[in-house]
Amino acid sequence: MGPIMDLTIFGFLVQDGLTTGAVYILLAVSLVMVFTVTRIVLVPQGEFVAFATLTLAGLERGDAPGLAWLLVAAGVLAFVMDLSAARRRGSRRGIAAAAVLFLAVPAVLAAVALYGIGASTPLAAKIAVTCAMVVALGPILYRVAFQPMAAASPLYLLIAAIALHFVLVGAGLYLFGPEGVRTSPLLDGSTEVLSMPVSVQTLLILAASLGLNLALFAFFGFTLQGKALRATAVNRRGAELVGVSADYAGQLTFALAAAIGALSGVLIGPVTTIYYDSGFLLGLKGFVGAIIGGLAAYPAAAVGALLVGLLEAFSSFWASAYKEVIVFTLIVPVLLWRSLAHVAVEEDHD
Amino acid sequence: MVEVVLARTEALRVCYGRVAALHDVSVTIREGQIVTVVGANGAGKTTLLCALMGLLPHTGRIEFPQWPTAALTVGERIRAGVCLVPETRDLFGTMPVEDNLRLGGFSRRRDKAYSASRTLEEVYTLFPRLKERRRQSANTLSGGERQMLALGRALMAKPKLLMLDEPSLGLAPLVTKEIIAAIAGLRDRNVSILLIEQNARAALAVADYAYVMETGTVTLEGPADAVARDQRVVESYLGARRREDPAVAPAPQDRPAAEERTATTSSIGDRRFAAPVRQGRAGQGSVA
Amino acid sequence: MTDRLRGPLPWLIVAALLPLVLGPYHVALFGYIFIAALVTLGIVLLTGVTGLISFGQAAFVGIGAYTTAYLTTTLAMSPWLTLPVAVVLTAGAAAVIGAVTLRMSGHFLAIASLAWGISIYFLVGNLPYFGGFNGLSGIPALTLFGIDLRGETAMYYVILSFLAASIWAVLNLLDSRVGRAIRSIRHGAALAESVGADPARLKIAVFVIAAALAALAGWLYAHHQRFVNPTPFGIHMGIEYLFMAVIGGVSSVWGAVIGALVVTLMKQALEDLLPSLLGQSGNFEIVVFGVLMLLVLQHARQGLWPWLIERTGVRRAPSRVAADPMPAIRAKPEPGEAILRIDRVRKSFGGLAAVDELSFRAEAGRVLGLLGPNGAGKSTMFNLISGVLPVSSGEIRFLDRRIDRERSRVLAAQGMARTFQHVKLVPSMTVLENAALGAHLRGRHGLLRAALRLDRAEEARLLAEAAYQLERVGLFAQRDELAGNLPLGQQRILEIARALASDPVLLLLDEPAAGLRYKEKQALARLLMRLRDDGVTVLLVEHDMDFILGIADRLVVMHYGRKLADGAPREVQANADVQLAYLGAD
Repeated sequence: MGPIMDLTIFGFLVQDGLTTGAVYILLAVSLVMVFTVTRIVLVPQGEFVAFATLTLAGLERGDAPGLAWLLVAAGVLAFVMDLSAARRRGSRRGIAAAAVLFLAVPAVLAAVALYGIGASTPLAAKIAVTCAMVVALGPILYRVAFQPMAAASPLYLLIAAIALHFVLVGAGLYLFGPEGVRTSPLLDGSTEVLSMPVSVQTLLILAASLGLNLALFAFFGFTLQGKALRATAVNRRGAELVGVSADYAGQLTFALAAAIGALSGVLIGPVTTIYYDSGFLLGLKGFVGAIIGGLAAYPAAAVGALLVGLLEAFSSFWASAYKEVIVFTLIVPVLLWRSLAHVAVEEDHD
Repeated sequence: MVEVVLARTEALRVCYGRVAALHDVSVTIREGQIVTVVGANGAGKTTLLCALMGLLPHTGRIEFPQWPTAALTVGERIRAGVCLVPETRDLFGTMPVEDNLRLGGFSRRRDKAYSASRTLEEVYTLFPRLKERRRQSANTLSGGERQMLALGRALMAKPKLLMLDEPSLGLAPLVTKEIIAAIAGLRDRNVSILLIEQNARAALAVADYAYVMETGTVTLEGPADAVARDQRVVESYLGARRREDPAVAPAPQDRPAAEERTATTSSIGDRRFAAPVRQGRAGQGSVA
Repeated sequence: MTDRLRGPLPWLIVAALLPLVLGPYHVALFGYIFIAALVTLGIVLLTGVTGLISFGQAAFVGIGAYTTAYLTTTLAMSPWLTLPVAVVLTAGAAAVIGAVTLRMSGHFLAIASLAWGISIYFLVGNLPYFGGFNGLSGIPALTLFGIDLRGETAMYYVILSFLAASIWAVLNLLDSRVGRAIRSIRHGAALAESVGADPARLKIAVFVIAAALAALAGWLYAHHQRFVNPTPFGIHMGIEYLFMAVIGGVSSVWGAVIGALVVTLMKQALEDLLPSLLGQSGNFEIVVFGVLMLLVLQHARQGLWPWLIERTGVRRAPSRVAADPMPAIRAKPEPGEAILRIDRVRKSFGGLAAVDELSFRAEAGRVLGLLGPNGAGKSTMFNLISGVLPVSSGEIRFLDRRIDRERSRVLAAQGMARTFQHVKLVPSMTVLENAALGAHLRGRHGLLRAALRLDRAEEARLLAEAAYQLERVGLFAQRDELAGNLPLGQQRILEIARALASDPVLLLLDEPAAGLRYKEKQALARLLMRLRDDGVTVLLVEHDMDFILGIADRLVVMHYGRKLADGAPREVQANADVQLAYLGAD
């Protein structure tokens, strides 16, 4: 005997499902993007989300943002790796760019975050600083964790992604502590849609998600950089031969993934309590959505992610203890369906 | 004419695991020339191109005297004007022809003197067929069109040295002619070319200078017309009469006597004419 | 066989003596290490040997542990009865999950394993019969013939016995007919298919074995700890098992033990050290593990074990041939009989016809050369005959059976054997083992008999057959070398020996001379002529005309997917069209 469903509750659940689903869409799209370009299953995608929320919450409270230190430390490491790689091949080219990307940008952002944010700073500025720090972290993480092994098989890259996730979760615990946070609402109030009350924030999240999806669509469809990333996904060697290096593609993709993660964190912060380790389940739910979409097609991944959000909302109403079980077990019939629909594609390893 | 050296290798050596695919290879490519490398499958021609492009680790020297920096990365080589059209073409199959071409200019995107649309028009003038198919995705093209697209994509980067690996591979004779003619035309636009071709006759006809490679080393070099007349090359690559190798074919009775056969071969793996060349390191055969 | 045990035996003795020098805490700890090694052993089979990745092994440990916990506490069943129940239940679950996910390419299994790992964790944690997140306690200790095995030392020996037996069984399995097929999967399903093995079924089998080992570990864990809760079976533990395998060396059975040892001991040390160092409590050791994993992946993807082996320099004794080769299994067709008929075959890829209305025949006891310049469609034709690709239209008959829709595996069973243009060998197996892989269909013993070493008579004959074929092609002296260490020419010849080991009616060779040096080509030509004299039927695809002229009885020349010429070498050679095709436009 479950709780009784009525139209109002149904409306709330749909709203709830769409809100989280909209964030899952972003995560799913980002995972698909990273996978097609770099063949990395970006398990730490969720950490970008959690770090953004936790940092924003910290800035709101007036705490010194721990992310700044992580950013600077990882940036120094990335720069040292670039420096030693440059020494190995006996050329100093690219070092200046690395110094900007890995040293100057993190240093400036850290300085702003540590000393430039006060109680009177508007929320928008805090959000901007938070997002900028998370975005800057993206390419640095690619440089440190994946670039040295970019040619490895997807399976090794997946293990590396999990390892990086471990590092980030541990670092998150150290930097942010074990407490959960919620950020202040982006917008207050509610309005009526189809004679049902809908919070403005929900509408904002849906609009932001839609807007970001359109922006990504435009980026990949119409800009040379976006096409270069797609080209890398289509033919890695061909891309290298026109000057799109795997390093460039990887770092740019990670910057985009971090940006999507940061925005997701800003959006989800007011509606969900986020802990230092919340990223894993968030990312994985995005992933279930992406898998429903087949890990390749953007619109399908988005629909899948929306389904996951709705399923989660309804299952938390009827059987909240089994919420995760239901969401993650969903993957089995989906995979079954996909495996029956597709002839097994053989992959030659190594 | 002052001969400007665009690229040069010295004692180049490339290994795949423990096997040396190239050893002691020294070649020079001069400005305004078409240089061809002739040799059997597995002689190391593709390896040479990949090494020049910076795709393979190697020992020995690779120099681009016009750009006096050691150890250029692939991207830096492209920006310096070195482009490779690989045997596998490596097009972006699911993307439209025009996107493929525009991506060819990716390395010049920050170059103020470079205009992508002007270069695109130049490529379309050279290969009008590509303009007709500009909205089609690359994997719907025919073999010849694919090769044109691969060439066009490389030309979008405004190369000074274009390296072509088997551009006629799998193409009909007529299309091969067209491609070879286009390649010859590039020389007149001051694009130097390093050409690898299994169609040795066509390659030698269009080239200025030629190298013959066998099992990872250069065994013969000289002006293309001289190489084309060289008896050993004629026998091995251009399909004149030649004697059968007894080791490969100890002819049974029901087979024709070896002398009666005409060899019609595009590539062989034997080293009969390598003997005089192997006499010493300095004794690299030369018919110049 | 005794050689195999000489290496591990001293270590087993050391392990058996450990409780004499260690205190109870460390004896118990080593018990847990060996339990982890059991799980990791399964991961070595799964990831290192077969190339599959699962993060969900901890969930299988959990199924094993909870099965015995529930049955012994609630139904008071004997632990020795719950062991088979736990293993069968887990294996069944794995078979279902495997059937669903193993059809997909590698990363799907890995990701799905994350998902089911989480599902099972939350499911168990929420089910009231299993005590929720508090778990089940009061699990009885093991008894054996009335002896109470309570206490860490007794359990240590129980665990050690199970681990030693499992390692023995896994080593046996890998060193068998099925084991060779399993080891070949990672190098492309096409290879396994070509010798008649079913890679999809073998993958599921390996997955089930890995799950069974995990279930055994879970059963031991439950009776060692005498209490279970969901935490040790969560996804993070699943990932940790994988880390153990990667750090220890995922391609070796011993890497599992090393990995479990190193990771567990280090985790203990870090758990003590880090909180005082950082002034905070929390599981910060995962940061160290993550960094360590990244370093291992970036710099030593093979893990610790190969590194250790290099320093000890263990050598294998030369193999002995101690049995007769296998008897021939097939009646050979009369020489001259058309055993392969290609009838108006067409294959197009997106509108482009790679093979266009091609017809020809291959006759028994003859060498047929399929010739053509690069890109003529020879390889496509080869793939159509060998069952790698289905035809678009037309008919292919082999020994009067229609085969144009059959898979390679079925064709192998009917007597077709092939080599690959890009050599496909298992580089980590010896030359002899690679050749024996070809005789896969001539043996019948399965996984279980192999694991229990009941397959030795058949195994000896399979190896003798492989040795005979190596002798035939002239590679007998190299039989104990790793195939990956041979030069390309000998690798190609080894592929021919592997094909011959299946006792084929028709031998298909895909550009066997490609990339060979002159001397190697000569050796290959001599070998092929010898085989023809032995009456072997050969279909040879080649673009090197010189090479093929001396060998073939008949030539079919292809150009742009069509047949340009068909006849005796001398006629074909004189054909003006052929000359044009080979020289290109003048």
